[in-house]
Amino acid sequence: MSMATTAPTRRPRVNLAVIAPIVALIVLILIGMALNPNFLSYANITNVLARSAFIGIIAIGMTFVITAGGLDLSVGSMAAFVAGLMILVMNMLTESMGGGLPVILIGIALALFTGLAAGFVNGILITRAGIEAFILTLGTMGIYRSLVTWLADGGTLSLGYEMRELYRPVYYDGILGISWPIIVFAVLAILGEIVMRHTAFGRHCAAIGSNEKVARYSSVAVLRVRLMTYVLLGTLVGIAVVMYVPRLGSASATTGLLWELEAIAAVIIGGTLLKGGFGRVWGTVVGVLILSLIGNLLNLTDFVSPYLNGAIQGVVIILAVVLQRNTGAAR
Amino acid sequence: MTDPILALTGVTKSFGPIEILHGVDFALHPGEVHALIGENGAGKSTTMKILAGYLDPTGGQVTWQGKPMSFSGSEQAEDLGIIMIHQEFNLAEHLSVDQNVFLGRELRRGFLLDHKAMRAQTADLLGQLQCRVDPATPVNRISVPDKQMVEIAKALSRKARVLIMDEPTAVLTERETEVLFAQIERLRAEGVAILYTSHKLGEVKRIADRVTVLRDGTMVRSDLTADVSEDDMAAAMVGRELSDLFPPKPAHGAEPILEAQGITVPGVVHDASLTLHRGEVLGIGGLVGSGRTELAEAIAGLRPRSGTVRLKGQDLPANHVATAMRAGLVYLTEDRKGAGLLLDKTLRENLTLGQLDRFGSPLIDRKREEAALDSAIADFAIRAPERGMAVGDLSGGNQQKLLLAKTLLSDPQVVIIDEPTRGIDIGTKQQIYALIARLAAEGRSIIVISSEMPELIGLASRVVVMHAGRIVGELADAAVTEGNIVRLAMGLDGHEKDSAA
Ligand SMILES: Nc1ncnc2c1ncn2[C@@H]1O[C@H](COP(=O)(O)OP(=O)(O)OP(=O)(O)O)[C@@H](O)[C@H]1O
Ligand SMILES: [Mg+2]
Repeated sequence: MSMATTAPTRRPRVNLAVIAPIVALIVLILIGMALNPNFLSYANITNVLARSAFIGIIAIGMTFVITAGGLDLSVGSMAAFVAGLMILVMNMLTESMGGGLPVILIGIALALFTGLAAGFVNGILITRAGIEAFILTLGTMGIYRSLVTWLADGGTLSLGYEMRELYRPVYYDGILGISWPIIVFAVLAILGEIVMRHTAFGRHCAAIGSNEKVARYSSVAVLRVRLMTYVLLGTLVGIAVVMYVPRLGSASATTGLLWELEAIAAVIIGGTLLKGGFGRVWGTVVGVLILSLIGNLLNLTDFVSPYLNGAIQGVVIILAVVLQRNTGAAR
Repeated sequence: MTDPILALTGVTKSFGPIEILHGVDFALHPGEVHALIGENGAGKSTTMKILAGYLDPTGGQVTWQGKPMSFSGSEQAEDLGIIMIHQEFNLAEHLSVDQNVFLGRELRRGFLLDHKAMRAQTADLLGQLQCRVDPATPVNRISVPDKQMVEIAKALSRKARVLIMDEPTAVLTERETEVLFAQIERLRAEGVAILYTSHKLGEVKRIADRVTVLRDGTMVRSDLTADVSEDDMAAAMVGRELSDLFPPKPAHGAEPILEAQGITVPGVVHDASLTLHRGEVLGIGGLVGSGRTELAEAIAGLRPRSGTVRLKGQDLPANHVATAMRAGLVYLTEDRKGAGLLLDKTLRENLTLGQLDRFGSPLIDRKREEAALDSAIADFAIRAPERGMAVGDLSGGNQQKLLLAKTLLSDPQVVIIDEPTRGIDIGTKQQIYALIARLAAEGRSIIVISSEMPELIGLASRVVVMHAGRIVGELADAAVTEGNIVRLAMGLDGHEKDSAA
């Protein structure tokens, strides 16, 4: 039988769903350049990037969760809660230990640990107790939001002046004129892309999202991988908070409001399938940039009211999903 | 002879740059059972999908009752009475059996659905098919063969003038096949045109009036079935004479490798025990629903169970497939689409999914993966028009070969194969049988679960037979005969072990 008739070529297929987000990003940048000469200025670019960093870091984790067929609505509230707790503890420690670098380090460790733990709680309840991810994280979203309001006693938790001055550089300083949040975001994005594409964990996430039963029959540790996606996301929320708190030095009931939706939107715009099975981190990064550029453009020009920001973002999200549906599974 | 009701003239079909069908001429007549046979990937399913309006031909003409026809889609073809049963199931897994049978054509009473009538009619249809599934059961809870019976019930519930069946018997046991054939004969008598494919040439010989052979997208011959023998058919399909289908059975050692004791899966398997020796091919026979698959899955760590499984003296925990796999025991599922392959992923990603840790850590070594795919394609004669294509676009038989390659990738000591040659052409079947014999000769041990009697008898030197969740008997050597297996499988003989005759 003449059977092995396979041509060893990889097809150079240009898939619309693959390049659409990049095209959209380029178009936005061109529009920005045409409308306002300041758009490409160093100050504006770093400003946009630094502000995208928080959502971006979270969205990287969200990419894994969604790829594995899950969802996490609690990340915005979780960020607020972690920030509130961090500030509260740092203020208490400043009183007892008298401030200084150790307090900041303890604060950072606490934020990372709390994020990880919160992600773990979400993950364990979803995987072991078998609660639908949407419902469970809807619940924890309310819980964390209410906890931070309670911690702040309905008002705002502010970091002490001294600590704020000491902690400030984590948001405002950097190396070679690039601020820390941007550096951290970039590094995490590159790591995330590598993990998604080139490690067993990333492959397993896609397999689970594509068909959980097939993954299980292939001896993939489905529950553990699922759990890990939520733990990863929680930890990234912790990292985002570490970068965020020095910016304003405070947390309140409105901190991180709607971040979860922005993160999910960025993931979907980037070409990750909402039903799971396929995800790409670089796409998510592009998605984050698209969303924040829209807001930035509206602020820089007076064509369209900045109040319509949400509407335009909404249109972009819907377009992204329509595109996904028409071109089938992106690859 | 009557005029053809549905015909193809010079039909070609390309997917992207690759032409799959090269000018196919083909006609279906009322009251005739026409069989279409060919190797995996020859284009049988593609031809059928064009006939039933699921695919547009790239070139050539479809003719309906003598007039040129270009279907706007399968709905239009269905309205004309062209009904197709696909090779892969087309059932909504979460809906119940009756909801599936009436999907899209629900019976109504006023504005409301008439659940009672639908349930009753479904029960009626299933009764005709001697299928004992409760119409209210969700489809994801019924077995693979029962799903096929539901598909058939669904097709029978429509007024078919042309009934197209793509390997309907691949997942059926002989008893169910008989039931289906009785229905086919009834429809033929009513003047329905029937098109049918199967890799089981014996069936073709029995039921078809005319047989057409497709090789690499070209019609090579079309004859009245009475004029050709099974060997002629096989030779025409493969393009050469085929030697013996089954290799000689290798002698096996006495050393027990796998010992399963008192395996119970609540509701499906009761207190089943078996022993597998080094280099042995053990068959498991039984009717569909007798618990064969469930027993295998329980042994492989895919189901909660009680009882012990020991592999080379090592206890394997229940419900932990990774441990079993690491210890060297693998299971090839009968449910290719639902549990075997990720249809939207590439061949490479599917092949290595269960073994990623062997392809580099922390980063996966793409080159090694590609090399593994190369050897899988060569060893298992996988025909993929494009290397980077999604597995769902492979022909059914080639999916099965890829699944075999994936399962054997871990170089296991014990292999449990559930329906090893489902949907596989006769030439490749021969290769797979040779592969199983070779694995055994290398000292590996194999359990073959099969609904095809000749396969069990031709491969296994010992067969255990299950009935209603219990192992009811064991046959060895000369006692492995069709009659003995059937008697046990029907539950006619009690719990005795009758070894060599
Ligand atoms: N959507 C598609 N895209 C690309 N190639 C396809 C597509 N559908 C089918 N093919 C290719 O067309 C060829 C014929 O496939 P087809 O399913 O008709 O084979 P078949 O004769 O039914 O085989 P089998 O016996 O294995 O079911 C195969 O090589 C298959 O990979
Ligand atoms: Mg086919």
